[in-house]
Amino acid sequence: MLTKKQLFTRGMLDISPHMLSVIPFGIICGAIGVELGFHPYLVYVMSFIIFGGASQIVFLQLLSGGASSLVAVASVGIINSRHLLYGAVLSEYLEKLSFIKKLLISYVVVDQGFAESNKFFKKNRSEEFLHYHLIGTGCTMWVCWQIATLSGIVLGSFVPEELGLKFAIPLTFIAIVVQDLKKLDHVIVMITCGLSSLLFFDAPFKSYIIISPVIALFVAALLLRLKK
Amino acid sequence: MTLTSIIFAGILTYFTRMTMIALISRDMLGDKIKAVLEYVPSAVFPAIIFPGIFINDFGTFIEMNDPKIFGALVAVIVGYFSKNIIATISAGLVSYWFLIFVVFN
Repeated sequence: MLTKKQLFTRGMLDISPHMLSVIPFGIICGAIGVELGFHPYLVYVMSFIIFGGASQIVFLQLLSGGASSLVAVASVGIINSRHLLYGAVLSEYLEKLSFIKKLLISYVVVDQGFAESNKFFKKNRSEEFLHYHLIGTGCTMWVCWQIATLSGIVLGSFVPEELGLKFAIPLTFIAIVVQDLKKLDHVIVMITCGLSSLLFFDAPFKSYIIISPVIALFVAALLLRLKK
Repeated sequence: MTLTSIIFAGILTYFTRMTMIALISRDMLGDKIKAVLEYVPSAVFPAIIFPGIFINDFGTFIEMNDPKIFGALVAVIVGYFSKNIIATISAGLVSYWFLIFVVFN
């Protein structure tokens, strides 16, 4: 049985490699916000209030492009609706927590943290304080994200654009799913999602990001039925 | 006001994170749904990966000889065999940089 501290540290360690892509991306996010003409203070509070990577960039780009606040807010909601799926997966492991703890822990659920903690949870179901792993991944992401966006805001785009560091984001997610390429059913689900995301890329409010997972999960349900 | 919109966007985002964790109990999800949810990572992350590779900053498709495709392939191969996140990301970036700075320069 691992202690709370051990689980927290394990979470920190499990997510830390992703900082290789998260930190440059955060710097880019901060710098873009200021470049688009928003007050540095507004760009920063987004990292605190929304705390949602790509959705922050989209929000500012839409507003600066003349979209209404309603459209910008709706887009953020739709982009981040994928968290509903993460929550559904995590709820099984967080069930024993008190309502207040669930409310607090929810704030730090992010893509990479969900991915790494979910992998850990599957292998260590019996641990009593499992949620400390999620707190570890989430807090690490939170601290790095704040520092990275803040540096981008203060120092501007000191990361040369030619480096194309935004490309590190798809790479970080490749690292997350690549081991599942061993399983044919997962490969089919991934390809379905990927192709749907390209097909629906121009759908309004960036909704491809939730349309394609829904289609892919539907395919997953069909595959499960075929397996039987 | 931009700040008000940010707060609304933040509340909405928080709700997407909190709803399923705080308001759903184990009994509400049947075994079938749980089995489907096993696929969530594979069903969600490609929606970030594919556009990140195949669609450029202007929202249009890249050419088939774009260095990003090569970088992504290298990352997949290195990731598959190394099972190491840092190796995967670095391999993808370095091969991408090799193409844009050395080969195509």
